[in-house]
Amino acid sequence: MPVRVQTEDFDLTHEVAALRAAQGVRAAKIGAIATFTGTVRDLNEVDGKAVGVSQMTLEHYPGMTERALEKIVAAAKARWDIFDALVIHRVGDLMPLDQIVLVATVGAHRGEAFAACEFIMDYLKTEAPFWKKEATPDGARWVDARSADDTAAARWGDVGEANNRQSRGLKPAPTKDSGS
Amino acid sequence: MSAVTLLFFAGLREAVGSSREALELPSAVTTVGALRAHLVTRGGVWAEHFALARNLRAAVNQDMAAADAPVRAGDEVAFFPPVTGG
Repeated sequence: MPVRVQTEDFDLTHEVAALRAAQGVRAAKIGAIATFTGTVRDLNEVDGKAVGVSQMTLEHYPGMTERALEKIVAAAKARWDIFDALVIHRVGDLMPLDQIVLVATVGAHRGEAFAACEFIMDYLKTEAPFWKKEATPDGARWVDARSADDTAAARWGDVGEANNRQSRGLKPAPTKDSGS
Repeated sequence: MSAVTLLFFAGLREAVGSSREALELPSAVTTVGALRAHLVTRGGVWAEHFALARNLRAAVNQDMAAADAPVRAGDEVAFFPPVTGG
């Protein structure tokens, strides 16, 4: 379960190819690859007002960050029937349009791959120790945590997978025979 | 020896003007919550930023920790604002 925290940019095509290759003989069993890429916007909302963002700095807690991401990936693999997952999160100085985060999941079927990818992102947002500081026309400001992110993570809660799928309007887990 | 390593991140780090310190644990301080209350007694920016009304999170030895989580000599205890990655 590769997890990387880095200042460098990443290339989606290259990372997905590497993740597929890393599955070895099981690579041919992959029927679904789900990826999420988060990017830097040139605006944010502060107290309901749009604020321009010219630059962003991402701070993290070295050691705990990797540990937290590994735990999230392990939880996703325990919960969803996926083969593997990749998380890359950038730190340091970023500009609008830059890529921030990549989550990729590979599995036999899309339902599990999509769900695991979203689960990882939702938990990363609330459990992984990263903090964003934005440069705005009014000076630098630390980004406030959004309650919507807590809500997004909470919906995966303690409910069983079936309940969870139901509450999210998802179809039942795909069976082994269904296509991707 | 009953020292712990304290770490502070992001806005909290800037507010207290420190990212790390070694703290000799008072014997009465055995949990994250008690440690936080202890830091409040320093007054000034500490009282302001560690006040219970502040939405702070903590980690003990790099795992997220609730207020009742135990703190022992040798632990690494971090305090920080709610995370905003992704």
